[in-house]
Amino acid sequence: MRVRHPENSPLAAVLRNATKRYGSIVALDGINLEIRKGEVLALLGPNGAGKTTAVRLILGLSRSDTGQVEVFGRSPLEAQHRMRTGAMMQIGKVPETLRVAEHIDLFSSYYVDPLPRAEIMARAGLTGIEQRKFGELSGGQKQRLLFALAICGNPDLLVLDEPSAGLDVESRRLLWDQIRRLVHEGRSILLTTHYLEEADALADRVVVIDRGKILAEGTPAEIKKKASGKRIRCSTLTDAGRIAGIPGVTSVERDEDTLVILASAAEPVVRELLTLDASLTNLEVDSAGLEEAFLSLTRTNAQLEVAS
Amino acid sequence: MTSTLTINDKITTPPAGSGLRMYFLEAKYELLKQLRLPAYVIPTLTFPVVFYVMFGLAFGGTQSVGSIPLSAYLLATYGAFGVIGASLFGFGIGVAIERGQGWLQIKRATPMPIGAYFSAKLAMSALFSIAIVVLLLVVAAAGRVFLGWAPTMALLVVLVAGSLPFCAMGLFMGYTAGPNSAPAIANLVYLPLAFASGLWIPVEALPSLVKSIAPWLPPYHLAQLALKTIGGGVGAPVWSHLLALGGFTALFLVLARIAYQRDEGKTFG
Repeated sequence: MRVRHPENSPLAAVLRNATKRYGSIVALDGINLEIRKGEVLALLGPNGAGKTTAVRLILGLSRSDTGQVEVFGRSPLEAQHRMRTGAMMQIGKVPETLRVAEHIDLFSSYYVDPLPRAEIMARAGLTGIEQRKFGELSGGQKQRLLFALAICGNPDLLVLDEPSAGLDVESRRLLWDQIRRLVHEGRSILLTTHYLEEADALADRVVVIDRGKILAEGTPAEIKKKASGKRIRCSTLTDAGRIAGIPGVTSVERDEDTLVILASAAEPVVRELLTLDASLTNLEVDSAGLEEAFLSLTRTNAQLEVAS
Repeated sequence: MTSTLTINDKITTPPAGSGLRMYFLEAKYELLKQLRLPAYVIPTLTFPVVFYVMFGLAFGGTQSVGSIPLSAYLLATYGAFGVIGASLFGFGIGVAIERGQGWLQIKRATPMPIGAYFSAKLAMSALFSIAIVVLLLVVAAAGRVFLGWAPTMALLVVLVAGSLPFCAMGLFMGYTAGPNSAPAIANLVYLPLAFASGLWIPVEALPSLVKSIAPWLPPYHLAQLALKTIGGGVGAPVWSHLLALGGFTALFLVLARIAYQRDEGKTFG
């Protein structure tokens, strides 16, 4: 009755044209997402982008309004079909009066083929604190227990919703090592994060989403290139509208008597700026953060919508 | 109190890989989790007994309601009071907190059938109900109130089985109340219901307005069934009480189902 289902799809999980609304808010707007077997897919986006909603659909925690959701070829809404999935969610608490070993014991009983307890403890870095109650653990240890609950069923698909949130450096390093090991064993992983750095360190592919839509998709290198905009500051007599017309410039804003220019690459823009105004002063160039990159991607997206 | 109630898993845990093991462990840890919370265990187990000692034994010795002594009457109604509390609080507050803190959510992401979670809660509230009634019976016997073995056993069975509608009511509460408001809401429902159903003061002695409301309240019917086992009650037929309790159970299960589905559609951020 409680069985692991055989392979019947080349994909670990797929969202097809999935839409999810919460009242008037469109959390996911017709998203297509594929998690291939044996890969780490990072879902990258700011708060409220729809990452957690996508995760909830894949875990069978909610039903999409339109479109299809499949995990190993089956609907995750059926409890039985979640046998090969493990999940780490952003949650407040698990019962505080139960011990680490008891939590693992209970969750392992949900699966037909759980990992041995000692292995779970070792992988999650819980060895030595098995008898401690959840309420007595530090923040990092609590996150590690949640990670242990995610892997205890020996999952083929691991879904990690912002696993690094609130982790200290040491715990994060341990988590990253474990994620790499799990992928090396052939498991598939869906990871949500708002750090490009984390996506870059772990993922084979990155999907950038915002406001329920996919903005960009590619390898970490490709995404970094798209997100590697430069921020140029300077004081110049040249008109802001004129600067906005320089190829490669994505936005121009005035900050008191300084212009803040976002561009895909700095050199050609700076060259043009100096040609237009040789008396230009206070020139500064730095890397735009991911937030600015998101903004420029979002803006491009909005412009495309208007254009189409 | 918690140290006397330990569970030995070496003897009783079913083997790994069987579905039974999951149900067993779910119930075992549900119980352990609660037993380690004195703030839950002590009031749940001792309040009905303390009330019974104060009102049933200290004052009830010489008075009677109809043909039965008040001390026996209040044994049945404080028994009902106790099991209703265990069910309402075990389900209502338990589910509200675990839902609100996200614990239920990570369980729901596993292959665990939701039935395992509910049946663990049911087993836990049944065990608490048995403990409450046995404790009451022992205290009553110590106070020289003994009804005879057959009525005693009948009372125990009726009270424990009769807690079911209140589990359903608790479930509905658990899916509607937030984790912080649930304890307050549970008490605001529990205490007035207990009073108006004649669990503290015999319904025969309540003001006529309250007396006319009582038959619309589920605890009244459980109390009447419990009183019948010891030869008391207002004299309505058994089936009418069973029908009322069955109806309340169905109503709260339907409401709980609606609340559950509404909750499934919600985001947790």
